[in-house]
Amino acid sequence: MNIEKSLLEMDFEQETNTIKNFLRHSITKILHKKGVVVGLSGGIDSSLSAALCVQALGKERVLGLLMPERDSSPETVPLSRDLARHLDIRTVTRDITSTLESLDVYSGYARIARALIPEYSADWKSKIITNQSNKKKTVTFHSLVAHSPDGEKWTKRIPIQEYLGLVATTNYKQRVRKNIEYHYADANNFAVIGTPNRLEYELGFFVKNGDGAADIKPIAHLYKTQVYGLARHLGLPQQILDRPPSTDTFSLPQSQDEFYFALPYREMDICLFALNNGISVQDVAAELTLPPVQVEHIFSDIHTKRRTTSPLHLEPLLVPRSSRVEPYP
Amino acid sequence: MKTLESIVSFIEENFLFGDKIHVSQEQSLTKNNVIDSTGILEIISFIEHSYNISVHDEDIVPENFDSIQSITQYINTKKTE
Repeated sequence: MNIEKSLLEMDFEQETNTIKNFLRHSITKILHKKGVVVGLSGGIDSSLSAALCVQALGKERVLGLLMPERDSSPETVPLSRDLARHLDIRTVTRDITSTLESLDVYSGYARIARALIPEYSADWKSKIITNQSNKKKTVTFHSLVAHSPDGEKWTKRIPIQEYLGLVATTNYKQRVRKNIEYHYADANNFAVIGTPNRLEYELGFFVKNGDGAADIKPIAHLYKTQVYGLARHLGLPQQILDRPPSTDTFSLPQSQDEFYFALPYREMDICLFALNNGISVQDVAAELTLPPVQVEHIFSDIHTKRRTTSPLHLEPLLVPRSSRVEPYP
Repeated sequence: MKTLESIVSFIEENFLFGDKIHVSQEQSLTKNNVIDSTGILEIISFIEHSYNISVHDEDIVPENFDSIQSITQYINTKKTE
């Protein structure tokens, strides 16, 4: 069998209509809003989400927000503007660098990095990578990769306290952006769009109350392969279709697989789709030309990620039967 | 305090807030929902500080840190190196 082909056996026109109807219904009948705010990153997920919103609601009802910061890729703003021009939507640009500075994000990050690499200074570039590999079963830990201006390169395992500190610090970036999105949503009586794809949503690759917060998530049911297929179907700009997925969070370029997924999205999609549809380890191994034992490791890792990130999806926990607030039907 | 007692005490105080651990020494701590991979890294920090040993990256595998028995064995082996 060809699992990737099965993934792409989607009627993109029908899927577009399904999402359009869902968005119109959600905005007008459930949320009672006038439009939507979409944070644009120049990546495929936010671009497709914005395009679907324009199709569903009309360009006047979609506001694109550009929120770059010091560590953003130089491509982020130009690609976001290209997309906004392509869709002919209004945009607001708010550089969040000064906000992050006031929250001690860059200096706090550098302070922790210096605890790991004493030579580290503000003009170095760095990123965090995972040790995860599909070749053997591991305990997940992360390392700081740092490059000095004169080309010196370091990779240092991050002890747990320092790791938590670095993640808490960089999570400010997603949380500040979401605050701004809700500000513009409030000011316009709009809803906020969340842009995770299925890999990110199902495996918990998002920041709670950061990019995980939204009123509607229109592509959270789509595998990344399907996101690209639908984006091509809708004719999104080629440079956005060609841009490799990135977290765009650290000063060194960082792919999603080196921080979290441990596999490129195509292989991860195939494994998640197989697991969700009862396709055997042997069939996946044949398609990815991997030994079955490696596929078993990947399946096990997917189960672990689902389990360990499940609290991210939870609403606040209430004491059973003590709450007098009943959910509105 | 012996190594095994020290590890049990750390897990009970740090992860279970003083409750008694409900898995045997051989059972998986992660599969039995006592700790997750972050918990394993906390245990590694505890070991490095308490026993003054350095845990190498290649040693951070489930075989060394996913049960009370394996953690105890790992520490005892490192202490004799």
